[in-house]
Amino acid sequence: MTETTAQGPPRGRPEASKGTGGRRPRGAARTGSSKPLLGAVGVMAFLGTWEAVPHTGLVSARYLPPASEVLASLARRATTPGFWTAVGDTLLGWALGLAIAFVAAVVLGFALGALPRVRAFTTSTVDFLRPIPSVALIPLAVLMYGTDIRSTLLLVVYACFWLIYIQVLYGVADVDPVAEQTARSYGLGRLARIRHVVWPTTLPYLMTGVRLAAAVALILSITAQLIIGSPGIGREIAVAQSSGAVSSVYALIVATGALGVLINIGVRALERRVLRWHTSVRGEATA
Amino acid sequence: MSANSAGAGAYTGSPGATTNHQGERPTMLKVTGLQKIYNGGASAVEAVRDLTFDLGEGELVCLVGPSGCGKTTLLKCIAGLMPPTSGTVELAGQSVTAPPPGMAVVFQEYGRSLFAWMSVRANVELPLKEKRIPRGRRDELVDESLEAVGLTRFADAYPWQLSGGMQQRVAIARAIAYEPQVLLMDEPFAAVDAQTRADLEDLIRQIWQRMGVTVLFVTHDIDEAVYLGERVLVLSSSPTVVQDDITVDLPTERDQLTTRQDERFTELRARVYAQIQQAKNGTGADQDAASVAP
Repeated sequence: MTETTAQGPPRGRPEASKGTGGRRPRGAARTGSSKPLLGAVGVMAFLGTWEAVPHTGLVSARYLPPASEVLASLARRATTPGFWTAVGDTLLGWALGLAIAFVAAVVLGFALGALPRVRAFTTSTVDFLRPIPSVALIPLAVLMYGTDIRSTLLLVVYACFWLIYIQVLYGVADVDPVAEQTARSYGLGRLARIRHVVWPTTLPYLMTGVRLAAAVALILSITAQLIIGSPGIGREIAVAQSSGAVSSVYALIVATGALGVLINIGVRALERRVLRWHTSVRGEATA
Repeated sequence: MSANSAGAGAYTGSPGATTNHQGERPTMLKVTGLQKIYNGGASAVEAVRDLTFDLGEGELVCLVGPSGCGKTTLLKCIAGLMPPTSGTVELAGQSVTAPPPGMAVVFQEYGRSLFAWMSVRANVELPLKEKRIPRGRRDELVDESLEAVGLTRFADAYPWQLSGGMQQRVAIARAIAYEPQVLLMDEPFAAVDAQTRADLEDLIRQIWQRMGVTVLFVTHDIDEAVYLGERVLVLSSSPTVVQDDITVDLPTERDQLTTRQDERFTELRARVYAQIQQAKNGTGADQDAASVAP
């Protein structure tokens, strides 16, 4: 017994790694290298090429304005309140749609996960509905809600719901029988088991679903605005296009790209935080 | 079914089948005529045929048997995790139909039994929260049990940051913090290395002596059964019955080195070994009625 206690401290214990020179357990592994520097150089090279191509006449500057012009246009737009309203509308459609899909998928996924018969009963229907591309619903959305934000929501919710729902079903089914038996033997009731066993087991799946859905939600949010004309950056792009403001079109496209990057960073950070105990994340912590 | 109960009657004649061992101690755990048939439609499998034994209060009994003899099935029935096909389990006179509050189980698969998403402390504390034990007492119990297994320093670590032996000690701490009347252990040390295993065996003896808890320890390791137990129940191969009930008359203070070299230890070990060989070869209790009429 005294022998085993002398096995030494556990690897990568939170406090232990904090103690050694203030290195945070996770961030350290990825920022310590020259990766960010290389990434910055890559972006500069890309912008340089973009700047050069229209000047060489390879592509007409009418269709591809140089990077400097596009970025200047973006900077100008960023000073107008209209731009930020459009960003706000796009993010609202994204966030609301994602939230509705999340809640619906989690509630239904947990309910059906507990009722295998109902699940079997609905599987064929789900398999039929799931592959329907959300954009095929555009005419329907226009008929029902016109150019209202609800049109955007319909498309976003439809696409995101299936992505998350399927993951929840897989997660709920993945509960370890030993964990389940342990919980039961210690007198945990149904609700306590859902909270302490089923939910944490489902989380990694759920986070995968959310990560996918967050990207898809942005795509559909922009698509709806572009095609239906509901408020947001997508509509701004359509307006800029019809008024022949090419550099504005590019500026707005860059803005949507930036939104995508920010959303991805946010979701990744959330994932690392929520799943710090999970094998997919803790590998970095214990190294 | 009726053919089986007839078989059960025949078996009670086998040596040491009933409880004449703990005499003065009141019965804590009573298993009577336990049978488990897994119903796979036409191909029903009888995992456990007819088990009858009991454990006196504060006894440490080891259950050994050849692999695949239904030890885990038996344990799940005792723990109230699985209903037996027939027969009863009683804990302190109360019939067990669902996991009773007076019982804690330590599983072999510590890595899956501990919750990876909770710290060591939270793992130990969770069952106590569900038992609605007030905060102050809860903290006391968690601290005491972590100290008993020597893991006080690791309360805030996550289970996966610990070695296998340490993880199993967390599971043991969780079980003893629960203050069970009966502690069930399902091959708890089968997945740890030999040295850690010896340490954990001594830890179990120590906790058992200090807490006076009744322990049913399932193992496939003959040496371990003799070293740990006050009594060893040998199970036959499937369909399972109690083949032998051996009292381990070794001194209470046991030592990995001297006890294992003791002549009496060797004798007991040989006896258990012979019984298991017999069970494997099917020359033990009534093996002729092995097939079940569905």
